[in-house]
Amino acid sequence: MTQKLQKLKVAILGSGNIGTDLLIKIQRSPHLEAALFIGRNLASPGMVKAHSLGVPISDRSIDALIDDPDCCELVFDATSASDAKRHWAILEKLGKVVIDMTPAKVGEMCVPAVNLSAALRHPNLNMITCGGQAAIPLAYLIGQTQTDVEYIETVSSIASRSAGPATRINIDEYIETTENALLAFSGAKSAKAILILNPAQPCIDMQTTVFAKVALPDMSRLRAAAGEMVRNIQKYVPGYQVLVEPTLENGRIIVTVKVQGLGDYLPKYAGNLDIINCAAIAAAEEYAKERAASASCARELVH
Amino acid sequence: MPSVLISDPTLRDGNHAVSHKLNADQIAAYAMAADAAGVPVVEIGHGNGLGASSLQVGLAAISDAEMLRTAKEHLLHSKLAVHVIPGFATVKRDVMQAIDLGVDVLRIASHCTEADTTQQHISYVRNTGKEVYGVLMMSHMATKEVLRDEALKMESYGAEGIIIMDSAGAYLPTDVTERISELVSRLSVPVGFHAHNNLGMAIANSVAALQAGATILDGTARGFGAGAGNAQLEVLVSVLEKLGYETGIDLYKMLDAAELAERELMPSVPSITSVGIVSGLAGVFAGFAKPVERISQEYGVDPRDVFFELGRRGVVAGQEDMIIEVAIQLSQASGLASRRKSEDIHAK
Repeated sequence: MTQKLQKLKVAILGSGNIGTDLLIKIQRSPHLEAALFIGRNLASPGMVKAHSLGVPISDRSIDALIDDPDCCELVFDATSASDAKRHWAILEKLGKVVIDMTPAKVGEMCVPAVNLSAALRHPNLNMITCGGQAAIPLAYLIGQTQTDVEYIETVSSIASRSAGPATRINIDEYIETTENALLAFSGAKSAKAILILNPAQPCIDMQTTVFAKVALPDMSRLRAAAGEMVRNIQKYVPGYQVLVEPTLENGRIIVTVKVQGLGDYLPKYAGNLDIINCAAIAAAEEYAKERAASASCARELVH
Repeated sequence: MPSVLISDPTLRDGNHAVSHKLNADQIAAYAMAADAAGVPVVEIGHGNGLGASSLQVGLAAISDAEMLRTAKEHLLHSKLAVHVIPGFATVKRDVMQAIDLGVDVLRIASHCTEADTTQQHISYVRNTGKEVYGVLMMSHMATKEVLRDEALKMESYGAEGIIIMDSAGAYLPTDVTERISELVSRLSVPVGFHAHNNLGMAIANSVAALQAGATILDGTARGFGAGAGNAQLEVLVSVLEKLGYETGIDLYKMLDAAELAERELMPSVPSITSVGIVSGLAGVFAGFAKPVERISQEYGVDPRDVFFELGRRGVVAGQEDMIIEVAIQLSQASGLASRRKSEDIHAK
């Protein structure tokens, strides 16, 4: 039986940089089909781009989905935290799976390299923060390979030009969200997140360092595990690379990575925006594959 | 007699010089001395301010709360101030606690081009009725036009004054005159200057700022501060007296406070070391001095090369993790270079 692969229909709510970059990644995906691209203004650059790609568009925000709930099974919410909360109340009733790109924190935190299949049991996935997506796999590994993680910390430096007005005004929310996720995934007793904006020209690539204080560092275990983890991340974030291997310096564990973007809709230096989008696509694709697998099981049962 | 508002971050910037290890006794001792001398504003904390005790920048010996409680208890007349960098400190976790503990003045800082990260924090403090200033760090990295626009943003959020910092000690007096004049002519709030001494210009630059219209100056006892240190406060007070400015500080008691600071706070009085000069020339945040020294030694590289490479990359305050990456890269490159040399010899 060579049935054509049925793609999962998805909608994107929010036509800004994140939404538009997601759209371009979806266009390339063998598992996802962009059924509707939704914003509030048909003249916005994202809408124009979507239209030029031949993707159906709507300027009616959440109403577009209320009026045509069957157009998609999964919705990427790339609006704002307060809108995403309001949208979820509606989308939950419509039975949609939501991948939340905002810091609304209503759903299950998802880092694909760490907890993808467990997270997919929940209908709302929260993609945490850009720094979180870069740091948490490493923080998780530290939690897995070390005993007694007293403290974990992450610092991300990003190009000023990749930080839009929302990031700047909500810098405290970024820190809070990232710290909560670090604690949850590493099991550390306390955590800190730091964000640095660097205006250097040409723009710097995103760089993230994870530090930890542990009772008795086991660096060989950590180094051995890190290689596999990084390869797993690279499957969905090709521009993720280690700059400083897990190192013990001055009593602290240090790992530094750099994240270059794919340069789809956003410039390559905006690895911070790319990594959270790549993570969201990885989650949606996995969901699509699981759906397809269960559908083909059902077909075989019928036969 | 024209007056100048002196703000003294000995117990904050000085923390950089001792890897953030000032303890409660030291804070109590200097706070009392500064208070007795009539220093109007005394700034306390980790070198990078509230919430900055970290593996990235250095863990403080005691918590922010303990530092503030100690200082508050010993400051009878002086106002208690803190430095706050959004990205390190948050309103909920750090600013609210500091205000509860009795902080009078909050100086909300960002890299010189990133003023809009301070909006939440400045507006919050302004609404509480506490005194709030905007601080532009590493100001040598921006033109006077950019500094003016960033300062105007902070003013619009509610800042009651704007201080520009020469965080790398990179300015010459003409650079200061140009920038301060621009700010003074365009802002409606007071303008201040915070010097570092890497090129031996801290006092001269402070005077240049004053003559260009600044009315707030930062200085620390014996210059205790990051890298080559700050404008030496007891010198600054004397120079200001000689120039005919009113500071409200008792010179003899300030000289006593400086002696106490030298005795109680610092293992050595800040000086312009050879590496410190390079740090200033490279335009790198003076707070990098201690970690660059340590990491360069660990990786067997020349700290001067590390500073120039960090400067070339345009690092900003808070990017201390770059030091290790640069040191590793330099040590690998020099390993390659020495291998190449020996291969050359073989070939001959």
